[in-house]
This record gives sequence, structure tokens and C-alpha cells, in this order.
Amino acid sequence: MAATSAFQAACHAYRRDLVLAFRHWGQVAQPLVFFVIVATLFPLALGPQLGELREIAGGALWVAALLASLLGVELLFRADHADGTLEQMLLCGQPLAVLVLAKGLAHWTVCGLPLVLLSPLVAAGLGAPTAANGTLVASLALGTGILSALGAIGSALTLGLRRGSLLLGLLVLPLAMPALIFGARAVDLAVHGDSARGPLLLLSAMLVLAMTLAPPAVAAALRISAE
Amino acid sequence: MLAGVSLTLAAAQCLHVLGANGSGKTTLLRVITGLVTPEQGRVEWNGQPTAANRDAWHASFSYLAHSDGLKPELTARENLAFEVGLRRPLVEGETEEALREVGLAAERDQPAGFLSAGQRRRLAVARVLLAAVPLWILDEPFTNLDAAGTTLVAALIGRHLDAGGAAIIAAHQPPAIPGHAPWRLELA
Repeated sequence: MAATSAFQAACHAYRRDLVLAFRHWGQVAQPLVFFVIVATLFPLALGPQLGELREIAGGALWVAALLASLLGVELLFRADHADGTLEQMLLCGQPLAVLVLAKGLAHWTVCGLPLVLLSPLVAAGLGAPTAANGTLVASLALGTGILSALGAIGSALTLGLRRGSLLLGLLVLPLAMPALIFGARAVDLAVHGDSARGPLLLLSAMLVLAMTLAPPAVAAALRISAE
Repeated sequence: MLAGVSLTLAAAQCLHVLGANGSGKTTLLRVITGLVTPEQGRVEWNGQPTAANRDAWHASFSYLAHSDGLKPELTARENLAFEVGLRRPLVEGETEEALREVGLAAERDQPAGFLSAGQRRRLAVARVLLAAVPLWILDEPFTNLDAAGTTLVAALIGRHLDAGGAAIIAAHQPPAIPGHAPWRLELA
């Protein structure tokens, strides 16, 4: 009997997670709402002067995106672990790293992509010029991918722990700092009308690295958590 | 735990693992599946260590665990399609046929979360059935099943053995499999 190929299995895993996400709209919307709220806190705290807000727009948007990503990634494997479908996935005979990559992509599609698409609107509220939107979207598209990959490692490592959320933050936030530095810098350069090519290329390299190295690491962590 | 345990299972054979609570029945099954790595010893499939080619080994069996491994948000049909689809492409109508066999034809479009514990167990058995693999590893397969469900699952196991498959069953009660007398492994 013909077996499902690894690519077909990955498509199955991706589609399943999308179906599940669309049946839990509340959970999907949470990181997005959190992103908007955190970004909105800055004008409230610093005052409505657009000149001042423009200076911190890149950093504020990136910190908000980082925290929102962390909120969403916690749920990546938790439900699967609780209902036993994670065990079934471990034993389905497909390369686990490929399935993990598919799940990570599905997670990014429902948590990262809406955030990226919404970011120009939030940036406008912080006084960022529309000319910077391209760089903002590109940096967050790359950055949320990196954060999803890093978050997946943290989520898999803390899966069996009772108070895993706190540990997840402690594990992931230090690893996310390089992405935060280059992402915020890229937006800052674009806001001031300079070329952001350098930081964006570095973010691209980080994403390639994260997408290559994270799936086997997550797969190994899941096997340990399942024991 | 499990020190000195050694067993060989041939095609068309059924092993009934029994023992008191905490004697290691589930642990033995999880060691066989590869979910738990033993401190010593090894598991072989067709004479090859399973650890050497884990994915091929996993593709050779279907595991029914304590938890049913179903998504409560997905319908019975979707659960089967997604879970079994990871293993092999399903032909049109196969899931419906499997659901009919386990007595869930009417519940095929119901979310698994709305099914009773016994119905979810039947659905999990349907997943094992559809996997079409030579070895079934079943941990307490009769849990939550009514008398008719117990008879049905025992008959399905019997049919699998008749077709040359093998089964390892951890259960407190000896399974009444028609036409087959499982050999016993009692854990201390």
C-alpha cells in the first residue's frame, strides 16, 4: 500500500492546523489584539507628539510583535500534547522535523501573517511615514518567522512543565534579541529615509538559519517531552 | 521496571500483557513503540533494531494509547482523514466505511468533542483499523466500551489476526478474540 510522502504529510499537518485555528478564532485573534494594545500603550505613556513617537516607532512595533509572538507560540503544541494527537504525530512514520516545520508555518500563517499585515496601520498611529511601510512589513515578515521558530523550540522544551509559560519567555526572549536589534534598526532606518538593506539581509540570514536548525531541535525536544 | 522482560511476536499472533496497576504494562508498550527509551535492552522488528530506522518502524504499527488522540474540534471523519492521511492516502469512502464498521456512521459529521467516551474509543479504533499496518499496539482498548463495543473491537482484532497481522494488547481482562487464544505476558 502506498504511503503518504513527507511533503503530503506536511500539507496535511498544515491544513489540519489551519482548520483548527479557524475553529478557534478567539485564540487566533489574541496575539493580534495584544500587538495592537501594546503598540497603543506607547502614545498613551509618552504623549501624542508624532515627532517623538516616530523616533521610537521601530522599537515599539518590534517589542510589541515580539511579545505577541510569544503569546501565540505557547499554544503551538500544548493542545496536541493534552489530547494525545502529539503522540500520534510522533508515531505516524513521517519525518518529525518536516511535520514540525509544517506546524510552524501554519502557526505563522494564523499568528504572524495577520500581525505583519496589520503593522502599517499600527505604525501610522506611531507617526511612521508610509514610505517606511515596505521595510516594516518585510522586517516583521522575516522577524515573526524567526520568532515562531525560536518560540517553537521553547514551546517544545517546556511542554510537560506546569508553569511553562514563564520559562518559555526566559528561554526565548534572550534568543530573540538579535532579531529585535536588526528588525528595529531596519524600521528606524526606513523611518529616517535611509536604506535598510543591511539589517534586512541579516534578518533573512537569521530566518534561513532558524528554519533550517529549529525543526530538528523541536523534534528532539518533542520526543523528550513525550517520554 | 521491565527487567528481564523478553518476548517475540510472530505474524497472526496476539500478546495479552497483563499485570497489576503500576506493573509496567503501558511502559512496556511505550518502550516497544519507541516513545520511551529503555535504559537497557532493545526492540527489534523483522530482525532489525527499531532505533536504527525509527520512521520505518513507526510506519509498521498503529498505537492506541490511553488517551484517544482525537481533536475534539474536528468531526469524526476529519479526525480520521487528518490522522490516517499522515500515514497513507485515503481512497474516497474509506473513512465512511471504517466509521460504519465501528458503529459511528451516524456520527461521522459530529465533532469528536460531542461524542461519548465510548464513541471516542470506537473512533480511535477506527483510526487503527484504517492505518492498515501489520502490528496493532493497543493499550486498554476496551476502556469505556459497552458490551457490544467490546465484542466489536475483539472481532476487529480477530479479523486483523486472521489477515496475518499481529497485536499486542495491554488489558486487565483477557480479551475474548474469536478464533484466537492470545498468549499471556504477566508483569510482576
